[in-house]
Amino acid sequence: MMEPWEENESPVKKFMFVNRKAPYGTVYALESLEVVLISAAFDQDVSLVFVDDGVYQLKKNQSTDGIGMKNFSPTYNALGDYDINKIYIEAESMKERGLTLEDLQELTYEDEDDDWAEKSSINVVSRAELAELMDAQDVVISS
Amino acid sequence: MKFTILINEGPYQHQASDSAYQFAKAALEKGHEIFRVFFYNDAVNNATRLSVPPQDDRNVTENWAALAEQHNLDMVVCIAAAQRRGMLDAGEMERQGKDANNIHPAFRISGLGQLVEGGIQSDRLVTFGD
Repeated sequence: MMEPWEENESPVKKFMFVNRKAPYGTVYALESLEVVLISAAFDQDVSLVFVDDGVYQLKKNQSTDGIGMKNFSPTYNALGDYDINKIYIEAESMKERGLTLEDLQELTYEDEDDDWAEKSSINVVSRAELAELMDAQDVVISS
Repeated sequence: MKFTILINEGPYQHQASDSAYQFAKAALEKGHEIFRVFFYNDAVNNATRLSVPPQDDRNVTENWAALAEQHNLDMVVCIAAAQRRGMLDAGEMERQGKDANNIHPAFRISGLGQLVEGGIQSDRLVTFGD
């Protein structure tokens, strides 16, 4: 009997990367982003979630001058070029932290089905909507 | 069922690696398959062959090594995470011009693609960590 992944050479699975931690303080955010970028090479259906303190990862105008660490926040801009354009931010997490979309950096991609129009990759979703999105995934990697 | 296990925390400081080991052992005993065990973040430290825990405590690395030997487990240490933390095998020692290496032979160093492949090829990817 054929296993599901043997039906074609490169099965596409839904991968969701859930970012829950602040960008600095621990290495989780940086090393999660490294997995995300690698996953793009596998032509999978990739989405990113920012929830809890993870919403701070997308804060605009980050500066790490005072802490002697590399500011990796510009790397999020590259996600669109990697065809990673499903980015979900949990509304409740932003509200709890007094953040609005204005406080976050813009993330865009060029839509090949719409004459390469530049569109926002960011979707604000409720906690309940996020639960449904997670339920629809094959692989959830959270850090 | 076919599992890939992702471990994100270092040994002793955190129970993640112990829990993952117990899970893997139980799964194998029940006849399930472990496609791969992937060590990321501080979990790369689980692969050191130089740890010397007290005699009345478990040896996390040797536990993994014994299980791998028994079941032919593929245990992969993320190279980028390992290099940051000074975890090198003999090949990397040479390439980076360092004077020592510390990876236990039961583990192998490779890239993050091995984790993504694990997610693709397995029925479940199970994460152990904070």
